[in-house]
Amino acid sequence: MSGIPHDHYEPKTNGEKWLNSRLPIVGLLYDTLMIPTPKNLNWWWIWGIVLAFCLALQIVTGIILVMHYTPHVDLAFASIEHIMRNVNGGYFIRYLHMNGASLFFVAVYIHIFRGLFYGSYKAPREITWIVGMLIYLMMMGTAFMGYVLPWGQMSFWGATVITGLFGAIPFVGDAIQTWLLGGPAVDNATLNRFFSLHYLLPFIIAALVVVHIWAFHTTGNNNPTGVEVRRGSKDEAKKDTLPFWPYFVIKDLFALAVILVVFWAVVGFMPNYLGHPDNYIEANPLVTPAHIVPEWYFLPFYAILRAFTGEVWVVQFASFITGGIVDAKFFGVLAMFGAILAMALAPWLDTSSVRSGKYRPMLKWWFYLLIIDFFALMWLGAMPAEEPYATFSLIASAYWFAYFFVILPILGVIEKPLAQPETIEEDFNAHYGKADADATPAE
Amino acid sequence: MSHAEDHEGTRRDFLYYVAGGAGVVATGAAVWPLINQMNPSADVQALSSIRVDVSGVEPGTQLTVKWLGKPVFVRHRTGAEIQEAQEQDAEGVDALPDPLARNFNLSADAPATDANRVMPSPEGEAPGAWVVQMGVCTHLGCVPLGDAGDFGGWFCPCHGSHYDLAGRIRKGPAPENLPIPPAEWVDNGTIKLG
Repeated sequence: MSGIPHDHYEPKTNGEKWLNSRLPIVGLLYDTLMIPTPKNLNWWWIWGIVLAFCLALQIVTGIILVMHYTPHVDLAFASIEHIMRNVNGGYFIRYLHMNGASLFFVAVYIHIFRGLFYGSYKAPREITWIVGMLIYLMMMGTAFMGYVLPWGQMSFWGATVITGLFGAIPFVGDAIQTWLLGGPAVDNATLNRFFSLHYLLPFIIAALVVVHIWAFHTTGNNNPTGVEVRRGSKDEAKKDTLPFWPYFVIKDLFALAVILVVFWAVVGFMPNYLGHPDNYIEANPLVTPAHIVPEWYFLPFYAILRAFTGEVWVVQFASFITGGIVDAKFFGVLAMFGAILAMALAPWLDTSSVRSGKYRPMLKWWFYLLIIDFFALMWLGAMPAEEPYATFSLIASAYWFAYFFVILPILGVIEKPLAQPETIEEDFNAHYGKADADATPAE
Repeated sequence: MSHAEDHEGTRRDFLYYVAGGAGVVATGAAVWPLINQMNPSADVQALSSIRVDVSGVEPGTQLTVKWLGKPVFVRHRTGAEIQEAQEQDAEGVDALPDPLARNFNLSADAPATDANRVMPSPEGEAPGAWVVQMGVCTHLGCVPLGDAGDFGGWFCPCHGSHYDLAGRIRKGPAPENLPIPPAEWVDNGTIKLG
C-alpha cells in the first residue's frame, strides 16, 4: 500500500497461506501497522492517535447514551436528567461524551495547525488534506446536532440560529430551511432527524478516516523537515524511517495517556466548565436566552459570521454588484463557510517550493499571527455583538482571509527559504547524535 | 431514412440514450420521496388558524402568542408611543434599511410607513394602537426583546438588531422589518391569526 519500499507480509504457516489466498486481510493490517514512518516526527505528530481515540470514545459512549435517551420534545430534556440522576454511572458517561467532543476539537485544531505549519497539505498530500477537511466539516455537523439533543435553551436557540444560516441563501433559502427543520420552526421533527443524523455521521467519519489513512499511507507521512523519505531502495528508506509499530505506537500511546490524565481531571472535577448553564433550562420557543453563544469550538467561525454587517464596505460592494442578491446576512454565511474553504484550498494557494515552516523565515511569523488570530476570533465570538468587539472581529476575520488568499501566494515568491537538510537521517542525526552503525534504532 | 443508413451505431446510440435517460428518471423518482419526507408533515402543514383574545392587553403592554411554532407579538401602543412612532415615521421610508412594509395583509411592494405596519384599529381606538408582528428576528431567528433597543421598540439580544416602535429594522445585522402575519379582527377583543 505504501509508496515507501519496505518488507511486506509473508504468510508462513499453512493456515496463514490458506487465509491469505482467500482474503489478504492480515497482510493489509500488517502493512498498515508496519508502515515506514519518518523517524524525526516530533510531538506535534501524536494528535492523529488522539483523534482516533476520540472517535472511538464518542461512538462507544454515544451508543450507551442512546440506550437511555428519548428523542421527543416533551421527553428529551427529562431523559437527559434521567441519565444524569438514575442511570448507573450515567452522569459520568454523559460527561465523557460532552467533554469528549471538546477533546476531539482540541485535537483536530492542533492537528490542522500542525499541517498548516509543516506544509502537510502540499503535494502530494492534497487528498489527505481535503479528506481531513471533510472529516472536520462532518465533525462540526455532528457536534452541532448532538448539542441540540438535550433540548435545553442553548440547544433550541443554537439550532434556530444555525438553521437560519441556510435561510439566508437567496431565492431557495426559506424552502431549504423549512425542509431541514421539517416545519416552520425548530420542533419535534427537527429533533428526531438531528438524532438520526447524529447517530449516522460518526460512522461516515470513521469511513473517511480510513480514506484519510489510506491516502497518507500511499504518499508517506510528512515530517518536521518536510523532506521526503528516500525511496531508492529498502535500505535507503530504512535510514530515514522506523516502522509505525512499535516505535510510534508506543510514543503516541504515551502522549495519549498524558492527555487523558488532563481529560479525566476535567471530566471528573469540572465537567460543565465548557458548557453553558442555559442548557440546563428546558427549551422554550418563546424566550431567547439573553446571550446565545455556540460551543467554544465554533466560536472562531461564529465571530467571522457576525463580523460582516451591513455597515462594512465589502458587504455593501458585494450587495451592489449582485443587485442585492448577496445581502449582509448571506455575506456573513458565505464568509463563515469561506473561512473553512480557505483552509481547504491551502494546497493550491501556497506557492512556496519549501514544505516545512521551519525553513521559511517569513511564513513562521505570519503563521504565529494566524494562531493568535484564531484565538482572538474565538474570544470575539463569545463577546456580545457591539463595539469595540465588532471592529476587532472584522480585523481578525480580514487577517484570516488575508493569510490564505494573500500571504500564502505572495510569500512563496518573495521569501528566501533557509537551507533544508538533504535527508531525514541527516536531520535526525543532527538532533540526536549519529547512532552506531550496528546499534539498534531504538537507542 | 433507408435501411442502408440505419447502421448499428446509431441504433446503439439511441438505445444508450434511452436507457441512460430512463435510468436518470428512475433514480430521480426513487430519490425524491427520500428527500421529500423531510418536508413538513401533514399535521405540521395543517395551517392552523388561531384566535387570540386581546381584550386584556392594556396599552403599553405586549402579548406573545405561539403561532406555527413561532412567537407573535401583539403590542398595544400607548398614545405617547403612537406619537413617537409618527415622529420616527417622519424621517421617511428611504432612510430605513428595509423600505418595504413586509405586511402579509398588504401588497408586497407597500412602503414601510407606520400606517402600513399597524393593524387597523377597532372602533373607538386611535389609529396605530395595535402592532401585530412575528416575534422572529429577520437576522437568524431569535426572539427580540420588547421595550428595548435604541429605538424604543424591540432589540434582538443575539446579534444586536434594533427595531423601532413599528417593528422596522433600524440598526444591526437584520436585513428586513419584522414580518406581519395574516391577521384580522374577529370582534373588538379578538384577533385571528392565519
